[in-house]
Amino acid sequence: MKNSSNPKPADKAIAWLQTQLPKLVLAPSFSIILLFVYGFIIWTVYLSFSASRMLPNYEWVGTEQWERLWNTLTWQTALDNLLIFGVLYIVLCLAIGLLLAILLDQKIRLEGGLRTLYLYPMALSFIVTGTAWKWFLNPGLGLERTMQEWGFESFEFNWLIDPDMAIYTVVIAGVWQASGFVMAMFLAGLRGIDNEILHAAQIDGAPTWKIYTRIIIPQLGPVFMSALIVLVHLAIKSFDLVIALTGGGPGNATALPATFMYSYSFTRNQIGVGASSAVFMLITVAAIIVPYLYSELKGSKK
Amino acid sequence: MKIMTKKTISGLALSVALISGAQAADVEVMHWWTSGGEAKALGELKQSLAKQGVGWKDTPVAGGGGSNAMTVLRARVLSGQSPTAVQMLGFDIQDWGDQGVVANLNQVAKQEGWDKVVPSALQQFSKYQGKWISVPVNVHSTNWVWGNKAVLDKIGVGVPKNWNDLILAMKKAKKAGYVALAHGGQAWQDATVFDGVVLATGGVDFYRKALIELDPTALSSDTMKRVFDRMAQLRGFVDKNYPGRDWNLASAMVIKGKAAFQMMGDWAKGEFLSAGKQPGKDFVCFRTPGSQGAITFNADQFTMFKVDKAHQQAQQQMAKAVLSLEFQIIFNKVKGSVPARTDISGERFDDCGKKAIADLKEAVNKNSLVGSLAHGHAAPAAIKSAFYDVITAHFNGEFSSEEAVKALVSSVKNAS
Repeated sequence: MKNSSNPKPADKAIAWLQTQLPKLVLAPSFSIILLFVYGFIIWTVYLSFSASRMLPNYEWVGTEQWERLWNTLTWQTALDNLLIFGVLYIVLCLAIGLLLAILLDQKIRLEGGLRTLYLYPMALSFIVTGTAWKWFLNPGLGLERTMQEWGFESFEFNWLIDPDMAIYTVVIAGVWQASGFVMAMFLAGLRGIDNEILHAAQIDGAPTWKIYTRIIIPQLGPVFMSALIVLVHLAIKSFDLVIALTGGGPGNATALPATFMYSYSFTRNQIGVGASSAVFMLITVAAIIVPYLYSELKGSKK
Repeated sequence: MKIMTKKTISGLALSVALISGAQAADVEVMHWWTSGGEAKALGELKQSLAKQGVGWKDTPVAGGGGSNAMTVLRARVLSGQSPTAVQMLGFDIQDWGDQGVVANLNQVAKQEGWDKVVPSALQQFSKYQGKWISVPVNVHSTNWVWGNKAVLDKIGVGVPKNWNDLILAMKKAKKAGYVALAHGGQAWQDATVFDGVVLATGGVDFYRKALIELDPTALSSDTMKRVFDRMAQLRGFVDKNYPGRDWNLASAMVIKGKAAFQMMGDWAKGEFLSAGKQPGKDFVCFRTPGSQGAITFNADQFTMFKVDKAHQQAQQQMAKAVLSLEFQIIFNKVKGSVPARTDISGERFDDCGKKAIADLKEAVNKNSLVGSLAHGHAAPAAIKSAFYDVITAHFNGEFSSEEAVKALVSSVKNAS
């Protein structure tokens, strides 16, 4: 085809089509995403400045809904809870995930089986996890009662119904669910490390823990980053786990921004306040993800 | 070939007409009556409509208080597929009236003379700008206490007459190893107890001032602090597994004799009845001690939404059936509530029903019939929820009574 100096019109059309085809194929999904993701983000931002109560109402009221949001007691609780839950959830998931990955990486028997076992919680939906842990942690049904029936009369574990501790039960269930997944990511990262370097270190007589802390873990940087990004947004949008586990209670003790947003938008006829809380959550996620994406893009250009 | 096509087309058209014809006589009813007693009560309406040839499409959305149903409804209305009728409470009806998506029932109302027989406190919610948009099914009241007779006999207490009696009885029950107060830790249940306690502590005038007029001085008064103190007192009699428990499970604790009392609206009676218990013999009912002579009511209504011409006939038939004498009696006997018309005597009701009907008459005459805060008949949803937040936070020990009063004033201000 290339040696003909005068290409036929049909060939020209095909060549044009070939260059344009990717765009044509992507156009529908792109426009749908443009509308249903970014369009609705803009819509929500607008609603947060509107007088919306039960149904959307487009009257502009300035920052009134935002002021209302920050004057709301439950919102303060939700933010405190997000901080406790987010930090503990992310740190524990990373720590437990890494530990499990390192242990599994010791060329042990039945590794495949164990890996599946640890990864399996991720296959459950948060609703199932929440419900199962609700039964397990309920003092009248689960752990506490079982231990007492076994003769440990003074055994007490009532975090689930204690307003001060309930948020930590959400952490427990969340970590149980996600740490296996983090483990799988780390395991893949560990397997990707060049064996030559490890052999060299071993020959030099470095102890195993030093090999891990000095050579292996520093190389897992990108995996840490990916795991962090996944966990951060899971933590911020966390909704179903809380609903199934505690229903936001006792009282409003385990409210999170996502449950707050749902209840204000859909059950309390306060769509405006709900929209501002949703926008706030978006800003929080963006504050973490945008710098990350930016550094990634910059890195790839180099 | 051509004839064949024609035949097929006309056949198709005919079947389409048949299908839509079958649909035309249907009503689609959205509700959250899914517990045993409630479902049974609703079955009565289904049957009475079936006799008139009106089909019933059931759209139940589970979840106490109906907040889930309202979410589904919002989506349905926004997408232009309103159900024929939706179970609804208090201010929500007015909010929907505001949106201009509801039907006008004035014609049926005039034919049936609803203006004369429905208490005016109810009409306030059923009518929007002078138009009937909603049909009340019943009158519930929330300042009730239910007690297990056998348990009370065993611990040797009668029906408590005042607050101290009640606390004493609960202490005795607790000492005897019973759960003194069966309760479910959900915000609306906490608020239901709150209704009765406010009425018992401050009386009707205080209730009106604080919960309906939202007067800041009443909200921050010492009386309000005493209300919270009493809530804390009650909290001490609840077993520790209460968070998240559904109200009917709490009723079951009283029915089975594991607990002595439950403070719950009279829909609880439906649970007792469907468990085969008899009022007076197996269980007792009395007003929250101190609130005798006054009633905090909420009324379930079927709000009618705008539907196309084909469905209007069935809609009107349903509206008529709901407020008919016969249905009101049958339904409310099963549900545990009181008829929404004043021209029905208590004859065919049981002990608790007779008492409730007499109480309602007394309250209407004495002007001591007030809307229940917990069930959206005192203040709109946004303010109701602001109350919920504070009540439930206090009940779960996050606030002292002083802090709760302060929080109440600021939350209510913030929500209005």
